[in-house]
Amino acid sequence: MIAALDRGLRQVGHIVIDAIWKLGAATRFSWLVFARSSESVRRPQLTLNEIFFTGALSLIIIIVSGLFVGLVLGLQGYETLKRYGSAEALGTLVALALVRELGPVVSALLFASRAGSAITAKIGIMKATEQLSAMEMMAVDPFARVLSPIFWGGVISMPLLAAIFSALGVFGGYLIGVVIIGIDSGAFWSQMQANVDLREDIFNGIIKSGVFGVAVTLIALFEGYDAPPTAEGVSYAVTRTVVTSALAVLALDFVLTSFMFTGV
Amino acid sequence: MKRATVDLWVGIFVTAGLAALLTLALKVGNATSVSAADGYSVFGQFENIGGLKPRAPVKSAGVVVGRIVSITFDDQRFTARVTMRIDKRYRFPKDTSASILTSGLLGEQYVGLDAGGDTTNLKEGDELKLTQSAVVLEKLIGQFLYGKAADGGAKK
Repeated sequence: MIAALDRGLRQVGHIVIDAIWKLGAATRFSWLVFARSSESVRRPQLTLNEIFFTGALSLIIIIVSGLFVGLVLGLQGYETLKRYGSAEALGTLVALALVRELGPVVSALLFASRAGSAITAKIGIMKATEQLSAMEMMAVDPFARVLSPIFWGGVISMPLLAAIFSALGVFGGYLIGVVIIGIDSGAFWSQMQANVDLREDIFNGIIKSGVFGVAVTLIALFEGYDAPPTAEGVSYAVTRTVVTSALAVLALDFVLTSFMFTGV
Repeated sequence: MKRATVDLWVGIFVTAGLAALLTLALKVGNATSVSAADGYSVFGQFENIGGLKPRAPVKSAGVVVGRIVSITFDDQRFTARVTMRIDKRYRFPKDTSASILTSGLLGEQYVGLDAGGDTTNLKEGDELKLTQSAVVLEKLIGQFLYGKAADGGAKK
């Protein structure tokens, strides 16, 4: 009885200490990535390559999913709004849903699975094949040369991807609402413009996607750097990146929303 | 991947992203319409504001001229104090009256301004003396029922 309790308590203690240790390591890691970022500015080509890798190569999936989310929102929103005789409010519904929530969140989830997993795999394998140690041997700082540019690439790409997602979603809503169903085009745009505020809605959406960009890229980098240097370790790390980033994005979204959109 | 190709694709990506941001700001948002930021604040005391919310529009003759900034309760006069910011392009006489109206049957509530005939204009911090409260549906129905009952009594 006492022995079982002792073992149980030890296990709880072990888990908590491990979690705190990992949190501390992640914080120090994030600080190092941030502190050694001067090289990313002095050699912009490094950062550009990462923007290409994380941003430009994610364009297709963002464009296609943004468009289809907009199309679906248009169809479903119309079905509901029609019952209350306010189908013209479709523009407002589609634009607010996309700009405030769906744009930043869905594009961050796609970004985590498309770019985050790739980043983790890349860093994990660089570590497993001792490329990072080799760099240190040659007095090249892997934080400044490899990790920081990836971080800044992700942070720059994420808001742009979210903006593309939202803009195409609104276009999708327009296609369904105005072109196919036949809502008046003037009412669609003017109601949207009357109810979407530049600072309250659009600017806050951009801030959200920036925060998600920081979170997802840091999680991906840390999981890769922290992965055990084996094939299995890297594969687990990639899985953890996708799961942890998705949970972090959803939790952060709730926190940011409750700060940004209160009393509206 | 060649450097030129990378540069081209990053260029396409960043341009598309900025174009999307610009579209959102100009086409979806209301960057070009009334900005409540530069203007003057006035306030009015209302008996009952109904469902009026901060950021609701202030309209005159149906045109949006400003926005509601804050709504607080005044415990000296037991009324709601509604502060609104009006675009500095629009000047209103001092005896302008404010009423809380509803756009459409299910629409949002807004403050409507009706200009008076005074020669001096409203300025920062002035009070709108003439106010008309929101119509509360329950009170309206109550009045209607009392009216009916009174009619029925008179006929007997």
